[in-house]
Amino acid sequence: MLNYVLRRSLYGVLILVGVNLATFFLFFTVNTPDDMARLNIGGKRVTPELIAKWKEERGYDKPLYLNEARQGSEKFTETIFWERSVSLFSFRFGRADSESAGDIGTEVARRMWVSLQLAVPIFILQIIASVSFALLLVMFRHTRLDLAGVVLCVVMLSISALFYIIVGQFLFARVFRLTPASGYAQGLDLIRFLVLPVALSAIARLGTEARLYRAMFLEEIGKDYVRTARAKGLAETVVLYRHVLRNALIPIVTSAGGYLPYVFLGSLVFESFFGIPGLGAYAIEAISRQDFAIVRTMVFVGSVLFIASYILIDIIYTWVDPRVRLG
Amino acid sequence: MPKLVLLWTDAAVWLLVIAMGVYAVHVRRTPNLAANWRKVFGDAPALASAVVLLACLLITLADSVHYRPLLPSAVGANAGSVAYDTRTKSLLDAALSGLIDSREVTYSRPLSTVSYTKESNEAGERVAPRLLHGGTHLRDPASQWAGDVMQRAGLGLLAGLLGAAALAALLPSLLARGTGRGWGDCARAAWRGEMAIPWRAAIITLLALGAFTGTIGGLATAYHVFGTDITGNDVLYQTLKSIRTAVVIGSLATLATLPLAVVLGIMAGYFRGWVDEAIQYLYTVLSSIPNILLIAALVLMTQVFIDKHPEMFETSLERSDIKLFLLCVVLGATGWAGLCRLLRAETLKLRELDFVQAAQAFGVSRTRIMTRHVFPNVAHLMLIVTVLEFSSLILYEAVLSYVGVGVDPSMNSFGGMINLARNEMNRDPVIWWPFAAAFVFMVTLVLAANLFADGVRDAFDPRSRVFRPRVILKKKPA
Repeated sequence: MLNYVLRRSLYGVLILVGVNLATFFLFFTVNTPDDMARLNIGGKRVTPELIAKWKEERGYDKPLYLNEARQGSEKFTETIFWERSVSLFSFRFGRADSESAGDIGTEVARRMWVSLQLAVPIFILQIIASVSFALLLVMFRHTRLDLAGVVLCVVMLSISALFYIIVGQFLFARVFRLTPASGYAQGLDLIRFLVLPVALSAIARLGTEARLYRAMFLEEIGKDYVRTARAKGLAETVVLYRHVLRNALIPIVTSAGGYLPYVFLGSLVFESFFGIPGLGAYAIEAISRQDFAIVRTMVFVGSVLFIASYILIDIIYTWVDPRVRLG
Repeated sequence: MPKLVLLWTDAAVWLLVIAMGVYAVHVRRTPNLAANWRKVFGDAPALASAVVLLACLLITLADSVHYRPLLPSAVGANAGSVAYDTRTKSLLDAALSGLIDSREVTYSRPLSTVSYTKESNEAGERVAPRLLHGGTHLRDPASQWAGDVMQRAGLGLLAGLLGAAALAALLPSLLARGTGRGWGDCARAAWRGEMAIPWRAAIITLLALGAFTGTIGGLATAYHVFGTDITGNDVLYQTLKSIRTAVVIGSLATLATLPLAVVLGIMAGYFRGWVDEAIQYLYTVLSSIPNILLIAALVLMTQVFIDKHPEMFETSLERSDIKLFLLCVVLGATGWAGLCRLLRAETLKLRELDFVQAAQAFGVSRTRIMTRHVFPNVAHLMLIVTVLEFSSLILYEAVLSYVGVGVDPSMNSFGGMINLARNEMNRDPVIWWPFAAAFVFMVTLVLAANLFADGVRDAFDPRSRVFRPRVILKKKPA
């Protein structure tokens, strides 16, 4: 087990090196720091002096890969590549591109917890809601209720999440005035702000997931052990909850696990719509301000989380399915 | 003679149509494929969605023929010189020119005769002024409006239904061709569902579409059916234009994933060894990056490129078109990992099978084995993934536009409309019509695409067990 995790982590580091090289190439070779400076200062105020100053403040005035002017190891460390790409591995992210934004590292560390406050309830509620809806449909399989449920799922998954958010905000915050439309607070007050995004997020993905889980349950239900359980005279509910649910957990973990990275990264759209200052909102702000330093960092952080969560899923597998041995 | 303009996405769309035609011929010649496609169209929801998708495709095609109209020669100009309009129009624009020209000042409610905002009149009262184009033929809107709306809607509905019925009447004659059966005989069989393909579903969809188009068309002769937006543009026109953007993104972006996914996937599975390792590494790196961030990063890069080379694009339409095209390319370049993984696994299985082994023993070259023996046997996976991706990409476009890395703001798209709706829904009284129009059209398109994709998957995936609900009605004991 430990051996396996270690091996996967090493491969993960290798993947991160690839991610890093790709983003560095994309951001610095396709576009020169001059282009970025011009874009960031913007407008007609661009002068060569301003560009030089902007580059110097952020260390973009150094050569890309090799600094011939320096001696020894500084030949490599006093370069953009070292400062902006290699140092990411020690989680030193440096300064953001735009004027107002400060150090990226402190910002990421602060926003991470905010993101988790939104994402963990979403993740849990989503699984509970979709699994129970799917179970309900399976309990009434081959009836009109099942048919209506599947039709509902297909219609629901054809509706963009943005529609749910806008309509939800309109109905619950404006018409019924049950929750605040958006915002964020500390302490217990936070619950009032989180109820709406959490509920809407669960609804938005219900169609996709419930339909998937229903198919998984139906696949399990056709198997021999279910017939055996019924032949023993077990009640249908016991068969469903104790036998089918447990066995269907394996594919469910896979599909829910694929969603895990987004939990950490924060649902981008939900955070920015509901004014919750998490990582997702940070990324969207950076994109709209064209702050490449933050986008680069978020790509890196996101990849770390992706890789970590895939390893986590493998570990959860061994716990859900004792037959799985990691070796 | 107007000057034809071929935009990048136009070229891609027309190439796609030609490719679809070639594929259709290929299907007719291959009994296996033909049987599978018959299974797809034998599924009533899939057939009905195909009709809706076809309608959307027709709108897309009409909106993909661009030209610059010839200007009437100015007085005193040389007889030989010709001047073209600087604005590029499409065939759809020409057909909807009434909607384009009837531009109001600002918001107005659907079917309204007055503006959304109020102005002070001479007496100092705040009243909503009459619209410039919507319902101007009514002298006294308060008394005449309801009757006029009913009349136009009714006439339009009738015309739409008749048109659809005329189209539907062609079907039995097509079916009767070559069978020696009469028109009535075929019509009855088709309606009763005695044929392999549930034509009744198609006809009902066609009639519904006709009724919808007719009613809206009838009303659009004098009103803004879905109201107008902030700058007074007709919302109906915008939604129709958005269909093209959605279809182009859905189809081109999925197609853009295919070359990389197919070539790399089959190579990884067939060669194994270091080639496999390298390709696996490549797609693991790609799928480790949060998709939306990678797309955002790439789109930002293309934006910098476009900003740096303004001389490459003559008109603003060309600029926004190249942005759309590059967005599709970016989506393709980032989205191939999933299909590639699938194809690799399938090829790994296939290469051990007898027919591939036999080809190897006969000394068939590796390229030929991959193209002639492996590829045709994984093509169904490609097809299934392509149609499944279509709808999710349309949904994705809305999110990307919201994030600010979607299509150009000057180009109509569902994402752009939803984005604007965010603020409009917060106004008082609420401005719901652009949002509602985008919702209706987008959900119809995506729903049709989803149902069609389900039909394709059920027919082509040999492993797909059919889990669609079948209502089993218990027979009452006699």
